[in-house]
Amino acid sequence: MNHVSILETHGITKRFGGFTANSDISVSFPRGKLTAIIGPNGAGKSTFFNMVSGSFAPSGGEIIFDGENVTGLAQHRFAHLGIAKSFQVTNLFPSLTVLENVRVAVQAIESGFNLWTPRATRTDWTEKAEALLKRVGLSGKRRLRTDRLSHGEQRSLEMAVALASDPKLLLLDEPTAGMSPEETRSMMDLILELVQERTVALVEHKMKLVMGVSDQIIVLHQGMLLAQGSPDDIRGNDEVKRVYLGKGAH
Amino acid sequence: MSTIATDEHAPTLKFESVERHRVLATILALAVFPLLMPFHALATNILLFGLFAAGYNLTFGYTGKLSFGHAAFYGTGAYACGILISQYGVHWSLAIAAGVTLGGLTAFVMGLLAIRTRGIYFAMVTLALAQCVYFIGFHATSLTGGDNGLRGVNVPAISIGPISIDLLQPFTRYYFMLTFVAFAVWLLSRILNSPFGAVLEAIRENEQRARASGFNIERAKLLSFVLSGLFCGLAGALTAINLSTVGIDIISYHTSGQVMMVTLLGGMGTFFGPFVGAGTFLAMEHVVTAFTERWQLIVGLMFMGLVLFFPKGIWGTILEWVKK
Ligand SMILES: Nc1ncnc2c1ncn2[C@@H]1O[C@H](COP(=O)(O)OP(=O)(O)O)[C@@H](O)[C@H]1O
Ligand SMILES: [Mg+2]
Repeated sequence: MNHVSILETHGITKRFGGFTANSDISVSFPRGKLTAIIGPNGAGKSTFFNMVSGSFAPSGGEIIFDGENVTGLAQHRFAHLGIAKSFQVTNLFPSLTVLENVRVAVQAIESGFNLWTPRATRTDWTEKAEALLKRVGLSGKRRLRTDRLSHGEQRSLEMAVALASDPKLLLLDEPTAGMSPEETRSMMDLILELVQERTVALVEHKMKLVMGVSDQIIVLHQGMLLAQGSPDDIRGNDEVKRVYLGKGAH
Repeated sequence: MSTIATDEHAPTLKFESVERHRVLATILALAVFPLLMPFHALATNILLFGLFAAGYNLTFGYTGKLSFGHAAFYGTGAYACGILISQYGVHWSLAIAAGVTLGGLTAFVMGLLAIRTRGIYFAMVTLALAQCVYFIGFHATSLTGGDNGLRGVNVPAISIGPISIDLLQPFTRYYFMLTFVAFAVWLLSRILNSPFGAVLEAIRENEQRARASGFNIERAKLLSFVLSGLFCGLAGALTAINLSTVGIDIISYHTSGQVMMVTLLGGMGTFFGPFVGAGTFLAMEHVVTAFTERWQLIVGLMFMGLVLFFPKGIWGTILEWVKK
């Protein structure tokens, strides 16, 4: 199957009690492109990512990934289908080493439960993990405990962990949050490199950063879809200007 | 980190070689133990309770789930083995196998019901389910002897080929039990070193991340719970033979609480800690009861002190010192 869109949502909704965090959102993610999701704080961007990565089951609507309805599948299946997400709040195994963090994520995709083979014999997992660490620039830190890393390094490790499953669709929730300007730049370079190989979607606050490089922009506002289109469309969209760009965008 | 089964890429640690040979080191320590310990019957109790705690540690220390129901696996293991020997004259080896199996089966059923709950709810559900097992054991008097306990679990001697081993002799009984414990310890280490051991660590460290990475967490937790049940069932079966009786108290929440304390005392998530904890706890109980009726109070206070000042437990603290 080779659908033009790798992911489509049909009217997905997420309610927390009486509060609707995502309301009837229908968008699509073109294959091999970079899509940025923007919107003010609390707009529902993370909630949207949580639904399409399987962390939250939608309260309504459907999620179609690669032509297959994946709505309501168990969360662990998503990584195997080819959807991976890096979390907005760093979410790692703090007392494992940097290498072990990536290695166990490689293992999650490559192996069922194996109670017998000594894990050290799986040098192939270690090699894969090391290649990923090299890619995000953390090779030198691979033996450190993860909680010893700086914030920016932990964000990079998040990225390596998300890439461990070699996902077709990579979801990055504010990958550069809290990073220094240099770290941000090299992270954006890495993201642009990754778009050459796979579909990437990211949530980003820094408008400037995404406007120039994204193929598509999705704007969320108060849990609703405000606009979806090319960066130029979005720049020219009056409603977007009113609720988002108008209020002193960076 | 001191408590994690390290793979070959872990930070270089001085203590690494002992840890790499932890099975050998543990078996050696347990083999030497009765030579230093004048009370051989107590040594055997410590050995077997240590095995129980090591099994419990798989759930509590390595998977990070606080269970208050492990007496059920220990107890059903003991009763299965005890009943088969005393009432049906089944060979001791088959009776032990039955004890192991029933411990695992009980864990499977309890696990199916409890595994989706978290934190304190998991502790409460396991406690409630273990109380159900207690209730059954208490009322199935024709099988278990109920409140009076089960007597006549007698295996006075065993013969392997031409050799006959006298199990009434506490010293030889210890080493008979140790062969099973040694095998269990080897198996446990093998599991912890396997890729599945890495899954358990991942669950303990961050369940949400582990699930997002693609592990079927519910299944892993259930499997870990069943494995834990198998080890505890073995400990129970051996205990039945060791004591020649099984009392209903073996399934009570006291026992579940005690195995938790022993594991915490020794060092949760450490390989040798459960045996250290069992040794400390049972020896303390032995000494303190000789002086006062209120041993539980004394032991309780000492336990509180230890947990407050050494939250990593005795063995966990020692490991930390040695590695510095
Ligand atoms: N698990 C949850 N339970 C209740 N409310 C939530 C939960 N997750 C998010 N929300 C609410 O949904 C709204 C959108 O949150 P979020 O998706 O994190 O926004 P964004 O990522 O765009 O800043 C917020 O008001 C937030 O408080
Ligand atoms: Mg967010």
